[in-house]
Amino acid sequence: MRRIGIMLWICLLSAGFAGAQDTLPDSLFSVKLGEVVVSSKPLINYNKQSKPLSTLEEYLEQTSRVSMVKRGNYAWEPMVNSMSSERLNVTIDGMHIFGACTDKMDPITSYVDVSNLSEISVSSGQQGAEYGPTIGGAIDLSRTKHDFCNPGWSGSVDMGYESNANLFTAGAAVKYIHSRFFAAVDFMYRDAGNYKAGKRITVPFSQYTKYNLSSTLGWKLNDNNTMVASVIFDRAKDVGYPALPMDVSRARAAIASVQHLVENIAPVLRSWETKLYYNNVLHEMDDTKRPVVPIHMDMPGWTSTYGMYSKIKAEKGRHDMTFNLNAYYNQSKAEMTMYPKDTAEQIMFMYTWPDVRTTYAGVFAQDRITWNQQHILQYSASAGFHRNTVADDFGLNSLRIFYPEMNAGKNRVVLGANTSYTYRRKNMEYNVAAGYGQRAPSVSEGYGFYLFNSFDRYDYIGNPNLKNEQSIEAEAGITYKISKLKTQATVSYFHILNYIIGIPNPDVLPMTIGASGVREYKSLSAVNMVNAEWSVEYKPHPSWKTKAALTYSYGQDKQRQNLPLIRPFSFRMSLAYRIKSLELELAVDGAAKQKAYSKAYGEDLTPAYAVLNFSAGYMFFIEDHRLYLRAGVENIADTYYSTFSDWNNIPRRGRNFYVNISFAFDKKKVVKE
Amino acid sequence: MKRIIVMAVAIVSIFTYACKKEETTPVSETAGLKKVQEMANDTNTVEIYTTSGALQLGYNDVYLRIRDNATSEYAKDAAFDWMPLMHMMSMTHACPKSQVQKVAGKETLYKGYLVFQMPENASERWTLQLKYQTGGNSFTVEDTVAVPNSTRKRVTVVTGTDSKKYIIALVSPETPQVAVNDFKVGLFTMENKMSFPVVKNFAIDIDPRMPSMGNHGSPNNENLSYQSADSLYHGKLSLTMTGYWKINMMLKNADSDVLKGEAVTEENEASSLFLEVEF
Ligand SMILES: [Cu+2]
Repeated sequence: MRRIGIMLWICLLSAGFAGAQDTLPDSLFSVKLGEVVVSSKPLINYNKQSKPLSTLEEYLEQTSRVSMVKRGNYAWEPMVNSMSSERLNVTIDGMHIFGACTDKMDPITSYVDVSNLSEISVSSGQQGAEYGPTIGGAIDLSRTKHDFCNPGWSGSVDMGYESNANLFTAGAAVKYIHSRFFAAVDFMYRDAGNYKAGKRITVPFSQYTKYNLSSTLGWKLNDNNTMVASVIFDRAKDVGYPALPMDVSRARAAIASVQHLVENIAPVLRSWETKLYYNNVLHEMDDTKRPVVPIHMDMPGWTSTYGMYSKIKAEKGRHDMTFNLNAYYNQSKAEMTMYPKDTAEQIMFMYTWPDVRTTYAGVFAQDRITWNQQHILQYSASAGFHRNTVADDFGLNSLRIFYPEMNAGKNRVVLGANTSYTYRRKNMEYNVAAGYGQRAPSVSEGYGFYLFNSFDRYDYIGNPNLKNEQSIEAEAGITYKISKLKTQATVSYFHILNYIIGIPNPDVLPMTIGASGVREYKSLSAVNMVNAEWSVEYKPHPSWKTKAALTYSYGQDKQRQNLPLIRPFSFRMSLAYRIKSLELELAVDGAAKQKAYSKAYGEDLTPAYAVLNFSAGYMFFIEDHRLYLRAGVENIADTYYSTFSDWNNIPRRGRNFYVNISFAFDKKKVVKE
Repeated sequence: MKRIIVMAVAIVSIFTYACKKEETTPVSETAGLKKVQEMANDTNTVEIYTTSGALQLGYNDVYLRIRDNATSEYAKDAAFDWMPLMHMMSMTHACPKSQVQKVAGKETLYKGYLVFQMPENASERWTLQLKYQTGGNSFTVEDTVAVPNSTRKRVTVVTGTDSKKYIIALVSPETPQVAVNDFKVGLFTMENKMSFPVVKNFAIDIDPRMPSMGNHGSPNNENLSYQSADSLYHGKLSLTMTGYWKINMMLKNADSDVLKGEAVTEENEASSLFLEVEF
């Protein structure tokens, strides 16, 4: 009886907490500087999203700090602060996982689906260093957390259709909760044909099919101890990349983890979470479906990663501390096989990633001190050991063509530190932060062998002798909030030393047919990047809500040459009207002309654009169950446009009508949100 | 338990036996070599070896041993003089060749090289005549040897702007790797039909290309220069992938005048002087 009493108490607490979290984004002091929580609770949220069954990439794109590099309609690559994969720490629930494509066609965000996520946290700069070294920041994709409250069955069925690309989405989720056990399974299927850009122009090779299956099992060992095992299987096939010369016949990932959590160990020790994980990615790139290719080729890639982290949260008096020990071992290998027209000739073969093994082990510690809810001082430090080894002699000898003296192994120490101070007074919050971080070169940057970049049309050669990239950053922010209005401005500055980028080597001939030359990864002594953001949210009436966000970025090297993929001035505005269960939203999305483009890296001037979207949603209650309906039109004017980060200026989708329907059944009593 | 011990003993004894067996037989003089053929007279049989077990068009390292037909003992005191001859319809000619010398560290094995500059065909064959002395006596064996055509150009015969005939033969890499390969080439000139001396102190510029893949090249090659130690030309050949490579060359004399070959450019995709490798 007593146990039930305690459990009920915990459930009530967590329900209260969850409720509080739901309202977090609206409260003044919730949004930490530079951290954007896209959504809490299940990501597929009909109240918050104009298109709930959006792909994960579409979700990410809504955060103003994030922009997406598009090579087609699938697997967009996220950038934070105008920095992409190798400068970010992208993790799934703290797990490291590495894409297996040498051409960045499979950022790890492509291996999960919104259906199994509850939250995406985007951190800027060194605030994202908890799970490993970073320069630009971090994206952590949190899987849906289940608890042991409200026993019974629940589930949902989702269906979506989009007229453009004939996209069909179907998903289902089932969850069973027992007071000591839970099991949850969800499945999502997405199938799209070629999409049409504005003016009804079909973009060939933009189709995809994706399946994602995810399952979580939890046991409550006792009041303080829980074990959670989870797996994700993701499989994409027949994925077209219209902006690239190659497509993907198959991409799959298996992601598995076991986690142990102890809570309330002692008054000081709040929680101790330990996770062991393994994941495996296969990426098969080929050009068999392209009608005209100078030479047919296959480029498969593999990665597998074994990892763990152990994280302690403690609090004592004013201090709120986090310690994280994390380690992983990764294997990355990729090949390229070319088939000569004369079939009597030997096939051409090379390793584009020469079976590189990366071992990383690091510690992170953070303390947050709060005085009178007015002053918050936070500081953190991290140190890690990073080792690369080229395990394959064939690959090592290939790289020694360029670096005759190179060793198979290379050790690095990677350090980082960050501090921030927040001051709150009345309706204002002020924040300043400074940080220092380092990162080791990525596998491509260190060991890539003739990786063709179809954007600048150069073959890239890795450089094992690169120094760690280093970043010195500063950030400042200000927030003002009154009942109807909230406005926030932040500016961040990055001074990056040993900035890793490809520099042409005119003495080396390219390998790829049609390539302009060879670039070797080198370090620029210093570059400067600035990202500024201003957002405002105004609710003049309980039914009306309007939002606007503006972002501006700048990135140049010491010689004042523009860096590639720097976002031009962009804006997003929306107006929403809500009455009872009906919600209407009108949104505009656009960017100014991208004048500060990098010609040297294949960019050209991207014209200004603005697109208009409209959506309407309605929720029905059928007994305890809910039926959601959401429909809308994107790019109403059918504008033909591309953004600064669209690979080779590939046009974005034209007008698109969509419908999303979800039916959620629940044995539990529905708490009105 | 007992059975395990018995098995362990058995395994150990098999291994020790195997090892012993290897030790008791004399260290093989021909380890790593394969026999091409034998040539016999009344007294001796001369065994001819190469690493592949065959002779090929172009450069060949050739190993020889003389066996006494009566005692089956191998000669340790042999001295060779050899003469490869091509019997063409219209004429007979020889090919570039080295002296035959005893292989360092071996007792009965002798080595030299032959550079067959043309393949056999149905009516034109190579013969190899071996004159040798052993035990104070001189002997001769002679027989035809098979030199089939090769799929890739391992040897080339060209006429330079100085009107001399040159023979350029690939010596190594024998098994090319995706790496920086040690590149060795033999350069000979044709004095007359029977004499092909080594050409010293010339230079050969190289530019390896892959014609099947847009004629791309490779970085960090090193042009060939003459090394007196082995009278061959040494350089570095970097191959960035497997497949068929055409090694475009320019032959330069001691005054750096180009005798044969052209630079590869956008307009000119290959040199008239080249060798080929495929792997
Ligand atoms: Cu790929």
